[in-house]
Amino acid sequence: MAKKEEDIEKNLTGDDLPQADAIRSSWFKRVQKGILTSTSEKKEIQEGLWTKCPECKYTCTTTELSENKYVCPKCNYHHRIGSAEYFDILFDGDEYTELYANIRSKDYLGFTDLKPYDKRLEDIWKKSDLHDSIRVAVGKIEGHEVLICCMDFDFIGGSLGSVMGEKVARGADYCIANNIPMIMICKSGGARMMESAFSLMQLAKISGKLSQMSDAKLPYISLLTDPTFGGVTASFGMLGDLNIGEPGALIGFAGPRVIKETIKKDLPEGFQRSEFLLEHGFLDMIIDRKEMKQKFGVIFTLFKN
Amino acid sequence: MPSLENRQFIELEKPIKELVDELKDFRQRAEKNAKVDYSGTIDQLEKSIIAKREDITKELTSWQKVQLSRHPDRPYTLKYIDKMCTNFVEIFGDRGVKDDKAMVGGFAQLDGETVMVIGQQKGINTKMRQLRNFGMANPEGYRKALRLMKLAEKFNKPIITLIDTPGAYPGLEAEERGQGEAIARNIYEMMRLKVPVICVVIGEGASGGALGIGVGDKVLMLENTWYTVISPESCSSILWRSWEKKEIAAEQLKLTPEHMHKFGLVDGIVPEPAGGAHWDYDLAAQLLKKELLPLLQELKTIDPEVRIKNRIERYSKMGFWDEI
Ligand SMILES: [Zn+2]
Repeated sequence: MAKKEEDIEKNLTGDDLPQADAIRSSWFKRVQKGILTSTSEKKEIQEGLWTKCPECKYTCTTTELSENKYVCPKCNYHHRIGSAEYFDILFDGDEYTELYANIRSKDYLGFTDLKPYDKRLEDIWKKSDLHDSIRVAVGKIEGHEVLICCMDFDFIGGSLGSVMGEKVARGADYCIANNIPMIMICKSGGARMMESAFSLMQLAKISGKLSQMSDAKLPYISLLTDPTFGGVTASFGMLGDLNIGEPGALIGFAGPRVIKETIKKDLPEGFQRSEFLLEHGFLDMIIDRKEMKQKFGVIFTLFKN
Repeated sequence: MPSLENRQFIELEKPIKELVDELKDFRQRAEKNAKVDYSGTIDQLEKSIIAKREDITKELTSWQKVQLSRHPDRPYTLKYIDKMCTNFVEIFGDRGVKDDKAMVGGFAQLDGETVMVIGQQKGINTKMRQLRNFGMANPEGYRKALRLMKLAEKFNKPIITLIDTPGAYPGLEAEERGQGEAIARNIYEMMRLKVPVICVVIGEGASGGALGIGVGDKVLMLENTWYTVISPESCSSILWRSWEKKEIAAEQLKLTPEHMHKFGLVDGIVPEPAGGAHWDYDLAAQLLKKELLPLLQELKTIDPEVRIKNRIERYSKMGFWDEI
């Protein structure tokens, strides 16, 4: 029997989801709720807490998992993690400076679905350390100065809205001004529907900025992680000088549920996984999270020399 | 254009249909009985139909605009090309996989000047609708479009794109062949085209499938069209968890030309014949041509590098946020 397709779009509602992401947030205890530093917001791992791999059901402690970069020690399943964890894993000495954290979403359209968008934002801000679905930071990877834009799936499914567009655009300007490369860590269910056409136009906005980075001969690397869909795939996610996938990540334009409903057939095993995209020529390589930092170092060295 | 006998009517056109039925009835009577003069009644009915057409499109809800944009008699890309241009030479294929029938294009002359016209194409009957895949292009459609754009750029010809799609096709092969990459590439490359680019939403403007041929120096929308990030039906199903809230979703998405123009996301609204473009293809095409010609002249006077810079800046300004 084919496994039930993940409903990627469901994450875009902004409602609480009783899934893996909820499990993830229990890994940490917040030590600085509400207090921002210019470097990182420190979250402490909940020592001694047990966590189960959703793939192979292997159980280990959260400490063991974090030491293994949130990759299952048994089956190599790459857990879905957020910007804080990626910054931690990639930046030298966990030292980085976050940029543009003051840019916040706004309910310009007065959009109301089951809840008004502004109320939805307020509620999420109250509960979460995250301010939006992407964070931008500069620091060093293996000695190379680099700017990373990293999406947070926990914030309305990593949805692409005006804030993501503006932060990435400013990030690109920063890279050009400082002559440094950009890494985009993608993890998104698609568009921020509550921002309607403004959300769509961010695809063009970011693409224009990337073309200016290209003129400046600066590397732009897209790292596609589980899951990456919709507008992100249909724009800057697929526009890297290198498009890199994490193992087993679900990556696509349309979500698997939508495709299945359209073609009325079961989807083949491994469909829309990183390995599938590599075989079809849309990923340049797949890199294990545990080797990510070191490989980025090599890549930047190769680009420079 | 369908004759009055073959016209199709959608729900909101019911009052027009009643008048049309009456008119048909009197015409038949006039034919059967030459002795009675019905011309006065027929004249009057014809005038009432035009008045009703105007009346009905005066204050449409967002959802009604969506419905009108999908009217089965509505003119599609090839119709506009036929009615606006001369010497159209259609070019097929992406030189890779196949010719995508949902995306058409080619060189043509607009008022004597060569332009490249590209657009999604919907079918005009059941068989053609399937062949055209309901205007939902696959990756090869987007790659075909880009190939034609690059060809236009080489010969320094302006590009006009006509957008009419319920979305890029969400199929298995589409994913295998990189639907996301194809759209991404188009958006990126269109941003950098050295020739003037004008994009016009002539029907449905749904999401990345629309933007994949929708990045330009000027973007217009016809009066009875819509443009946003997702179809109201899909938006309803995701955010309201029901397919039934499409009217509300359409309202909330603010997807009408009036909204889009107010937001500064499109540059102008092209008027349609009374009751919608499907009532008069010739007039619809002339009205569009009238808007296109001065824009082409205006854009041609700008230096290509400046035009590209302006294009990037145009999109850079889009969005809303708070800075705290
Ligand atoms: Zn495992």
